[in-house]
Order: sequence, then C-alpha cells, then structure tokens
Amino acid sequence: MAALDINGKRVEVDVDPDMPLLWALRDHLSLTGTKYGCGMALCGACTVHLDGQPIRSCSTPVSAVTGKKITTIESIGASPVGNAVQEAWIAENVAQCGYCQSGQIMSATALLTSNKSPTDADIDAAMAGNICRCATYARIRTAIKNAAARLA
Amino acid sequence: MSLSNIVNASMAPGASESSSRRDFLKVGAALTLAIYLPGCSPDSSTDTSATATGATAFEPNAFVRIGADGNVTVISKHIEMGQGSYTGLATLVADELDAAWSQISVEGAPADAMRYANLAFGVQGTGGSTAIANSFEQYRQAGAAARAMLVAAAAKRWNVAAGEIQVAGGVISHAASKNTVAFGELVADAAALPVPTEIKLKDPKDFVFIGKPSARVDARAKSTGTAQYTQDMQLPGMLTALIVHPPRFGSKVKSFDAAKTKAVKGVVNVVMFETPVSTGVAVLANDFWSAKKGRDVLTVEWDETNAFKQGSAEILADYRKLAATPGTVARNDGDVEAAFKQAARVIEATYEVPFLAHASMEPLNCVVQLGEGSCEMWNGEQFQTTDQAAVARLLGIPPENVKINMLFAGGSFGRRANPLADYPLEAAAIAQAAATTVPVKMVWTREEDTQGGFFRPLYVHAVKAGLDAKGNIIAWQQRIVGQSIMSDGPMAAMVQNGIDPTSVEGAANLPYAIPNLRVELHTTKIGVPIQWWRSVGSSHTAYVTECFLDELAHATGKDPFELRRSLLTQHPRHLAALELAAEQAGWGKPLGNGRARGIAVHESFGTVVAQVAEVTRTGQSYKLDRVVCTVDCGVAVNPNIIAMQMESGIGYGLSAALMGAITLKDGVVEQSNFHQYPVLRINQMPVVEVHIVPSANKPSGVGEPATPVIAPALINALMVLTRKPVRALPLSKQGIQMA
Repeated sequence: MAALDINGKRVEVDVDPDMPLLWALRDHLSLTGTKYGCGMALCGACTVHLDGQPIRSCSTPVSAVTGKKITTIESIGASPVGNAVQEAWIAENVAQCGYCQSGQIMSATALLTSNKSPTDADIDAAMAGNICRCATYARIRTAIKNAAARLA
Repeated sequence: MSLSNIVNASMAPGASESSSRRDFLKVGAALTLAIYLPGCSPDSSTDTSATATGATAFEPNAFVRIGADGNVTVISKHIEMGQGSYTGLATLVADELDAAWSQISVEGAPADAMRYANLAFGVQGTGGSTAIANSFEQYRQAGAAARAMLVAAAAKRWNVAAGEIQVAGGVISHAASKNTVAFGELVADAAALPVPTEIKLKDPKDFVFIGKPSARVDARAKSTGTAQYTQDMQLPGMLTALIVHPPRFGSKVKSFDAAKTKAVKGVVNVVMFETPVSTGVAVLANDFWSAKKGRDVLTVEWDETNAFKQGSAEILADYRKLAATPGTVARNDGDVEAAFKQAARVIEATYEVPFLAHASMEPLNCVVQLGEGSCEMWNGEQFQTTDQAAVARLLGIPPENVKINMLFAGGSFGRRANPLADYPLEAAAIAQAAATTVPVKMVWTREEDTQGGFFRPLYVHAVKAGLDAKGNIIAWQQRIVGQSIMSDGPMAAMVQNGIDPTSVEGAANLPYAIPNLRVELHTTKIGVPIQWWRSVGSSHTAYVTECFLDELAHATGKDPFELRRSLLTQHPRHLAALELAAEQAGWGKPLGNGRARGIAVHESFGTVVAQVAEVTRTGQSYKLDRVVCTVDCGVAVNPNIIAMQMESGIGYGLSAALMGAITLKDGVVEQSNFHQYPVLRINQMPVVEVHIVPSANKPSGVGEPATPVIAPALINALMVLTRKPVRALPLSKQGIQMA
C-alpha cells in the first residue's frame, strides 16, 4: 500500500512499489488523462508534475514519488498557469488526435511556470521531449506564446 | 486510402444482406443527388415518431438528435482520429440547421452499414480522405430536414406560413407576430411531424458555417484529459492483455512456458491465440503493469518453418533486379520505345523508399467483451463493416451481433483501417481463447506497434526520360517494384489486370504533358505484412516523379517552376495551386547565400497540393525553415481545419523523409521504440503557411494530400544547394544532416 499525494488529495493505492506511476494513475486511480505512449520516457505523453517539475510517469516508480506532490492533467487547470495554457490550447485549436496533448500541456505549464516569456529556443528545449505525430508543433508554439501573453 | 471505387461486392461479405431492412427517406426529386437519409434507429421504418409520446428528443434521421435542452447532437459516421471529421460533419449539419455553434456536440455512430455507410465505399469506414467528400450533401440534408420540421412545427404552433419563419443561431422566429422559440422547446412538436420528402439545400451564398473557421468540437475534451480513447476504457472486471508476437513474420507458436508468468501477482491467464491473420501468446492480467511483468518472463518457442527471413538489403537487391526488366503496364501513352530511340539524350535514375511504421501516439489496442452469441467492442474504429464481418466470422456469429462503439483514436494514419481486421481479430481471439466473458483490453506496447508489421511497403522505382535536342521531355518510363496492398484480402477485386491502383497512383496519373509515357509495375510477394500509410501510393510516387522532374530541369538548365508550368497547361487546378505557391513563396526572388527553394505539386484523393520549401545551409547541416503550401480541395468547409491538415500532413511526411525507416535483418525488425524509429519533434518543425485556392467545386479530402509533397519539395531545395540528387530515403541515411 502506497500513500500518494495526487492533485491535492491523499490517496492510498495497493500496488507494487516498482509499478510506474503512470499505471497507478491510469489503472488504479482512474486518472486516464495521462497517456501511455512509449514506456521509455521517449515521447512525453505520460508527463505529470512532481513537486512542480515535469517528469515522465511511465518511467518513474511509485516508490520514488511517495511524499511528493503529484499533479496531473485532471487538476492542472486549477493553477493560473495551467488554466491559461489549457485555454490557449483550446483557442488555438491545437489538438488533432489529441492523444499527446495532456503531456504537451503539462510540459508547457512547467515551462511557463519557470519562464514567463520563453523564446523559440526555450520552447524547443522544454518541448522537444514531447512527440506529436499529428505535428501540431507550430500551434503548440503559438499557444505557449499566447498563454504567456495572457499571464503577463 | 484509395478506396473511392470500392463497392459492397468487394468488401465485407455477409454484412449487407444480413442487416435489417428499413425504409429510407428519399429527398425530393428536384434536389435528389442519389443520397439517402436513413432513419434514426436501425429497425424503424419512418423514424418520425421516436418520441411521439412525451418527446424528450427529436431525431429526424440517423445523423441529428435535438434534445429538449436545445442540445444538437450530430452523429458522426466517421471516426475522429485527428483529421477534424467531427467538426467538419457538425459544420455541415449546423449550417443547414441554422444552429448556434455552441449548441452542437458530436458523438460517434455505432457500426451499422445500412445507416452509416461511407457513400464512397458502399460500406462503413473512414479513409481515402473521403469523410467530408462523401458526406457533403448527406449531412447537409440531415440538417436541412431537421430545420424544415422545426419550422413546420413553429408554423403550426403560431398558425403562420412556414415561409415567413426565420431561423438563425438556434432560434426560430416570426417577425410579424414577434414570436420566437428555441429548438429545444419544439422538440415534441417536431417529432410528431412527418419527415419531409423534399429538402431544399441552401444556396452557398447563404452559408453560415461552411467556409468559416469554427472551433473544433473536440478541443476542450482533448485539452483537459477527458477525451475518451480505447486505451482509457475501464469496465467492471476488465482484464488487460499484452501480447508476445513472433519475432519473425510467418512464425507460429510451437510451445510456451507460462510458469513464471503465472507466478506474477495480478496475472490471470496466459493463452495462445491464432486468427486468420496473426498468432501469438497473450498474458491477461488485472492491470497493464502486471501483464507486462508477466509477459517479460514468458518463454515462447517458435516454429519458424514459414518464417520470413530476408533482410531489407536482400529485398532491395531483388527489387533492383526486377526493376531492370519490363513489368505489367499500368499506363502506356504514345510509343515510348520509338521516342527513346529518337531522343538526343536519355537520363535514368533509381529511387528507393523503406518500410515505414505508422507510429500513432496511441499504440494499437481494442476492447472486446464476448457474450452468448454476441460480442461488444470499444475501439478507435475505422473500418466498421470489415471489422464486424471478420470478428463475426472468427466467433461464428452473425455480423449484426458484433456491436462496435466508436471512440476517439489517438492517430491512425491508415493503421486502424486494416482490411484484414488484424488487431480487432486478435482482441476477439484472445478473449475467446481465454474463454472469458469479462471485458478484455488488448494493448500493444510501443515495441509491438513498431515491430508488428502492416508497414508502408518498401519500393524501388526505376525511371528513365528521353529528351530531344532542345531539352524537351519526349519520353518517360517509370517502373515500380513492390508489394500490393489490396491483392490479398477483401479488396482484391480492386486489383485489375495485375495492377493494384494503390501501387501506381500518383505515377500512372502523372499530369505532365509528355507524349510518350509508360508506367510499369512489378508486384512482389514477400512475407512482410503491409498496409496503407497516410497518402498510400502517393507517399512514394510523388517523391520519385517530382524529384526526377527536378533532375531533368537541372540537366536541361530549366527553372523547375517554369518547367512544371509548361507541362501543366491542360491541368488548370495543378497550375493554379502551383502558381499560387510560387507567388506566395516569392519564387525567383534572390534568397542569399546558402539558401534555396524547392517546389513540388501533386494530386491525391482529388485534392491538389503544391509546396515551396525554403532551406538554409549552415556549415555541413541544412535546416528547413519555411514551407508555403497551397491546396485546392474544392469548397473549403473549414479553412482552419484544412490548414491544420496541411501542417499535419507536412509534419508527417517530413518525419519520414528526414529519418523514417523500418529495416529488417534476417527477417527481424531492427527498430523497437522511438529511440530507434525517431519521429519529428518540435525543433524540426518548419513554419508552414497555407493558402487555399478558392473553389466552388464539391469538397475533396485534406487528411492525406499534403503528406507526399513535402519530401520532393525539400529534396528539390537541397538539390539546389548540394547539386546532388537524393535517390533514397530517409535523408538521415543519405549523409544529409538536417538541423
């Protein structure tokens, strides 16, 4: 039994400590907004925040996250930055198939939390770990800049 | 996919005759376009009174449902896999209905070919960039019928003439009496009325949504993690099944040892399964992680008697030899042999493209639950009728007993439209082998998804051009060598006279005015499972035809844009798209040292796309800075979604051109995950500018046609800088570094 702090709530989950956080979220806590894409921290679809930092939940065992604050796509909109990012995503019609977008939004929110006005190079550096096969990259870039402007 | 001519006969045996009979609403003779508007329920004959007693919803036909709360639900017969079909179909309904965009939502249709057939296929399914093209009148009529009945209901209530009533933004009004009513308040009245037999569609000048950049209907769900994909399905008692597939195509399971697997906590069962398409061993567990841990310690022995053991190098060597010999003729204009004899100069080249995986973000998966003589599926479902028929055959039940719930798909790019129903069959076979009636979620890992086959085929093209003394192209011969996508399976009837149209499309219909032109095909048979991949035949033919044309332009000192113009005088749509791209890109204007432009134009799925790529050289490396893309897709139903599909198609094609390759060694796929099968990332995405060629023609597709054009546009720009042709893809294996 592991005690986790997820989206501001303490939850207990009966899983092996080696289970990646991704599967605890998806299969045991019904938080399916965080996606499985590669299982090797190569695509970013599983990105969540651990104490505010973006991590790949597919490669982070539950044992490594106890006692830390975990934030997923389901609650990121409660923060001003997360909300601004989501609204910018919607306004820009970023999502196509949409499967990677939870992870994109989590990475973008982490970027804008630490960097109020990112340059194109900053965006590339922060977002290059998140694959989008629909290649919505240009709109992701625009949405990040629009969210930054909205927050300024 | 190129399925535009598919008829019932070639697909899904058993599906049409066993579906229940019903009457269709025929639209008025004056406006009839051979389109039928089926009713809202599978077994109702009139469908006007679904809610006649205490109506809570008004469902005039299979495509529209209006609730007493005023919500308008559009039922999409086409899957939403990113291409914007839900938004596009909603646009057609909302326009004729004169609804407010905010009251519109969309849900996926069930599998039912009688109501939800793709009018371009004759059966239900999505592909070939046909979603809007085949639905353009049908979904407008569905909205117009609903509007007419709401107006009739209001006219009756107010005792005024229907012709005096206005509808706008979801509100029905009568100016003289100052009456107004919202859709929701008329639901019961409208449901009690007969469905009109004549429906008048709007004059295009009165369109409210068509032609406007309405917001995507799925934007919020997909930005908040609430959109439901197959991977997200959770049902009581559901098991997750992971698969061990054979390491080589064609192998079979000899034996397996599940002792260690069964000792893993959470593992429930280990079963061997076999379908008409594939075989393997599945581990069923309470969750993904338990199934994965169990799968990792599973030992399987394979019978490799029929295993495919060639590598890509051997396949290529065989194909090159074939390319030197005449093939089956797909097109033969003039007298190519005579023209080559007369030619002052002959130029030859061989081009090669590798196998490609689709690599959608959502790895393949499918949820099934077996019942007593029935089966329910939850899936990002793209080929309803073939999947229904194949699963029914496997289980020995009637097709209509296979219920399919269509969910969002996290990409597909062709993969979920498998004509052999490979992965739904696996899900059903696993549940059957496990003899379980609990829901089973079959999940392919990323590794399975990358290595599991059904690739874009590897092809070799040998091309040869004859030039006269002035450098005019008087002869063109193109030999294509590769596997046929449609020869084996339910679409074999599409292969005529030895030519699979998906092998030669884009080459056999080369638009350039070349008097002597021959296209030949060698269809190979090797044991690698293959399938359509975004833009299908054009994914290789456009690269070859457009790059070879630039090689000829360079050889004769001609401007690539002017050369194309001179050869396209009989193709005004190509010409218009090409000229607009050149104009918007500033073709001919100096770019400065180390920079160059490349141009390409190509028609696929009835849509013409032209692109100009701008490339900068920095040291030994090249960067694609900007792509100007023009598109003629008929009426632009939603210009923003068209732009999105151009951007997406360019990114997808660029990914393959830069670094996409599945290679085999001794029959084993050498790539497993994104570290070995790299795909485009944000830092590699160019600026894309899209310009839509104005058109009043019926809409054609936009999901695929941008994909094939980017490789030749990019390579033609590179060729200006390097002075060397690129005759094999991807660029990463040709010594070209792209930043």
